[in-house]
Order: sequence, then C-alpha cells, then structure tokens
Amino acid sequence: MKPGILASALLATVLTGTAFAQSGTPIKLADVAELSGGGATVGTNWKNGIDLAIEEINAKGGVLGSKLVVTHADSQSNPGVARAQVQKALDNEPYVLLGPGYSGSVKVTAPLAAEAGIAQIMGGEAAELTQGGNKFLFRTSFGQQSSMPKVAKYIHDEVKAKTVAIVWVNNDFGKGGRDVITKEFGRLGIKVAADISTEAGQADFAADVSKIKAAAPDAVFIYVNEEESARMLKELKRQSVTVPLIGETTLVGQKVVELAGDAANGARGHVGLTTDAPVELVKAFREKFVKKYNYVPDHNGIKGYLAIYMIKATTEKMGKVDPKAFADNLHGLTIKAANEPGILMDATFDQNGDIDRQGFLVEIVEGKQVIKQVLPKLN
Amino acid sequence: MSNLLDLLLAGLATGAIYAIVAVGFTLLWQTSQTINFAQGEFVMLPAFLVLAAMHAGAPFWFAILIGILLSLLLLGLGFKTLLVNPMLRHGVLPLAIATMALAIGIKEAVKQFFSAEASPFPSIVPAGDISFFGHPVSLQSIGVLALAILAVVGLTAFLNRTSVGHQMQAAAQNPTVARIIGVPVERMILLTFLINAFLVALASLLITPIYLAKFSSGEVLGQAAFIAAIVGGFNQVRGAIAGGLLIGVVDNLAAAYVSTQYRAAVPLILLIVIILFRPQGILGRAEERTI
Repeated sequence: MKPGILASALLATVLTGTAFAQSGTPIKLADVAELSGGGATVGTNWKNGIDLAIEEINAKGGVLGSKLVVTHADSQSNPGVARAQVQKALDNEPYVLLGPGYSGSVKVTAPLAAEAGIAQIMGGEAAELTQGGNKFLFRTSFGQQSSMPKVAKYIHDEVKAKTVAIVWVNNDFGKGGRDVITKEFGRLGIKVAADISTEAGQADFAADVSKIKAAAPDAVFIYVNEEESARMLKELKRQSVTVPLIGETTLVGQKVVELAGDAANGARGHVGLTTDAPVELVKAFREKFVKKYNYVPDHNGIKGYLAIYMIKATTEKMGKVDPKAFADNLHGLTIKAANEPGILMDATFDQNGDIDRQGFLVEIVEGKQVIKQVLPKLN
Repeated sequence: MSNLLDLLLAGLATGAIYAIVAVGFTLLWQTSQTINFAQGEFVMLPAFLVLAAMHAGAPFWFAILIGILLSLLLLGLGFKTLLVNPMLRHGVLPLAIATMALAIGIKEAVKQFFSAEASPFPSIVPAGDISFFGHPVSLQSIGVLALAILAVVGLTAFLNRTSVGHQMQAAAQNPTVARIIGVPVERMILLTFLINAFLVALASLLITPIYLAKFSSGEVLGQAAFIAAIVGGFNQVRGAIAGGLLIGVVDNLAAAYVSTQYRAAVPLILLIVIILFRPQGILGRAEERTI
C-alpha cells in the first residue's frame, strides 16, 4: 500500500472513531422495547420516559454540547423479535443500547450488546441477568435478589403469615422471582400452601383463584406482569378472596390500579420506583410526564427517564462521548440527585450493574398508592 | 366441593360467552358457508367502539347503544357487503383466508388508532356476591351466565317460533327451494349477519370487563369459540351452545386439576377425539355430499 493511501486510510479511521467525540455531533441511542404484545404497558411507559428525558436534556443544550437522538424499535414482547431488533440497532453503532424491559428479552439480547462492547441499560428485573459476569449490562431498578428478601421479610414480620400461596408467571421474570422468594420463605419458616404457575398474556384466572381458595393460605404473593396482575386482582375480588395480597412493583403499579379499579384496593407491595414517592424530584417528574402524555406513568416510565440521565451523568463524568469506556465508568459510579436532578434519587451502580437506591413499601388505598414505609439506600 | 362449584360456575359463565360466539360461527356457516376467522376480533372490536364513544363524552349506557349500532353496521352489513359478497363467489377457502386477513387488519387498526395497551372496561353486571346455600357466589358470574343464556334462548325461540326465523332456516337449508316458495333469501342471509354482529357485541360487553379491552383479546376467544362450534356441531345452533358450555367448563377444570400450562391443549384434545369418533360434533347432523 502506498504511504499516501495508508495515511488517508488511517485518517479516515481516526475521524470515524472520534466522530462520537465531536461536540455538536448527535449522540445516537437505540431503544428496543415492548411497544406491542403483552408487555405494551411496560414498553410504552419506558419509551415515553426516554423521550421526556431526551427532550429536557436537548432543550438545555444536550450532553457535552451534543444533542441526543433515539430510535425506538418494537420487540413485540417477543424475545426472538427483540434479538433481531437489537442486532439491527447495534449495526447502526449506537452510543448506548436501551431496553428491553422483559427479562427474557434482555437475556437473549445482552450477549449481543456485550459482544459489540456497547453498554445496555435495561428494565429487566430477573436476578440472573446481572449474575453472569456481563460487564456491559446495567439495571434501572432493583433486581429480584434485592427486592424479594424485603418482600419476604415484610410478609413474615408485618403480615405474620405462616402459609402463602405463590402465583407467578411462567417466564424468566416470574420464575426468577418465584425461585428467590421461595428460598426466602423457606429461610423464614413460611410454608408455601400453593405454588401456581400462570401463562404470560393469560386472560382467565378463575381456575387459579379457585386453587388459592382451596389452599386457604394466610396471604397470597402475586408475581405476574401488570395486565395479568389486574385480571388476577379482579378475579380474586370476584371470588371473594380476602386474605392480604402482596407483590412487587408489577402488582401495585399505576397501570394495574387503572385496569383493576376497586379490585386493586388493599394490594400491597415493594416498589423500587413509584411516582407517589415522597420525593420532590419524583413529584416534579410526575407532573412533567402527566403534562406531556396526559396519564400517570408507572415505574417503567421512571426507569426509561432514569436510563437517559444515567447516560448523561456518566458521559459528563468521562468528559467525552466514548462508547467503549462508558460501561467501565458507570461501574461503581454514585450519581447524586443534588448534582444531577434527573436521576431523581441518589443511586449507586455496582460492578455487576445492579443498582442501590432507596425503596418503598406501598398499599393501594382508594385507587392510590400510599407509601407505608421508606426503605433506605444500603450503601 | 365449594371449589368445584366455583370452577363449574366460572366455567359455565365463560362457556356461555363462547357459546354466543360459537352460535355466530354456525349461523354464518349455515346461511352463507362463511367460516369467519375474524370472529374473535369481532368480539374484541365492539368494546373499543364503546370506549371510543365514552371518550367522546357519551355516558356508558348510550356508548353501549352506539357500540351495538356500529357493530351491526360494520360487522354485519359492512362485513357481508364489502367482504363476503365479493369473495364468496370464489369459494369457501378464499373467503376463509380473507377473514384471516380481516382479523389482522382489525387488530392492527385497533392497536394503531386506540392503543396497544389494555384498557379497563366497565361491567354491565354489578359487582358483589350473593349467597348460594351459604356459599358466596359472584354476582358477575351469575349475571354473565344469565344474560348469555337469555340471549341464546331468545335466539332459539326467534329461529323456531317466528315466521322470520322459519324463513331463515329455510334459506339456510335449501336456498333454491326457499326462493321458489317466496322466501327473500338474500334478506334472510343479511339478517343472519346482523344477528351475528349483535351476538359478538353482546359477548364483547360481557367478557371485556373480565379480560380487559385489548387488541389481541380476540385471539383466545375466536379459537375457543371455533373449537366449541366444531365440538358441538358446526351445523346446529344447539350444538354450538353445548360446545361452548362444554369448552368453558373443561378449560377451567383442566386448569385446576391438570395444569395451567396444558390447559390450552385440553380443548384441542377434545376436538381431536370428537373429529375421530363423531365428526359431525356432539349434537351436529351428518351431512352427505354427492360428488
């Protein structure tokens, strides 16, 4: 190769490689979310949270002088489609990959992002996701390994239940949660009176509720997705089940309350994120979201919003737009709300990509989430 | 025992809705050899028409009227005029495929113009319980069952005891002879489509408060009702009713006593058994065809 051609090739390579770093060049983000199918509530909230944060940041001049641009792709709540969409998104060399929200979809897409060396900020909560040594995967909410022990402790200490029926959705998310909480129940001496697996997208819960009634537990732990939670709560009310109903964010989220109506009253759960949190920045976020979209977001809306502010804080800490260095810099990072209000609450990301932040125990009272207890950040 | 009672009641309530939808399948088949694979989506759509009317400011009862009227117009008259009439002359198979395309079209349109997310839907039956031999029974289950039975009994009485009903049966059994004796066959066929549109609208009002309004909710219903129609007998209204109730109960008992994962397979197994041993369905009539 002639020296001139070699020099041109090198120059082209350097220019392409540093394209991200140039101030004013838009920073490309790719989002793959559940915009239709069973997870449409999850994906739509997530997407709207992302769009709101990007609009805010761009209105203030962007990140390090560069505007953020995002492309949204629909996984159709199907892991196979999610994988294809993520591969397509990675081919466009995004700065960071956002989503998916379903753990099953995260599981099959995370290796692709890791192989490309692109950080992936996702909504999945299955415990196993961050336990496989993937250095590019980050959570926006608690994993099951953090949340389930708190729920089990609440059922043991506060509800004082000796027997519990577990209702879970038969996918990576549900099975992961069921496995962790069953172990915790065993440790605390709580007997599992019924272990009921349900299907994603299930419409009819009459038989499942009959099984619960037959088992006569002291409490029911429900760990299914939002729409199924609403159907389950309606059926439990229809069949006059009156024992405490306890779950996680997917049982007491805003969408569940909207869908289940009166049937949601009395449901309790641990939530990492809620727009009813007694935190001024969260309240301000809620107002902005409602003003823009005309509905109250659930935790997925907050997750999407936080994902963008995680990118902003990390990039500003690095002082450059470098996709390869992004993951390393986010590991071990503490983002304080005092410095970056968009992060809403102080958050620390450990070496696995798990998040540490304060959480809440809530109860649905007259169609509203009421915070019963604030659980502080651990570190 | 009370558990079994709950399961039977819930199964019968769901089965009664399947029966209403399955009756629609059989009516369309008998009068115009139409197998409507969009029947599930026909059940899903009226709920969204009602919701759209409510969003426009109509009170619930008035929105129901609007929903039913629009269903008659779109799913009865429109379906027959715009899709069935032009396609039927090309045979049963192209029409069946066209209804599959219609199902996709309805789903995607609802997703695009309304939402991909589920929406709550008010119940026309009040919430609460009544005591049945000391056992609390859901008023909603009883109400759904009662309304569905009322609809089916009313339809059967209409078909068997009125002049129009007799004309519809004549048009279904032998249109050529019916024409000769002065039955307005085309009008009778249109009436069948309108009845089907009313039945799916009623099913929609009964099932959506339980299943929630969602673009994809017709898939399960359509499949269950289709199986019910075949199991009961595709060419008999009473067969479709029996099939619907049977599938509803079997589905619930299977979920409770077999496995939730395999519940969907049990009605299909029942279908296979029926096809092998009684191809015309439980209450169906064997049809012979000369080639």
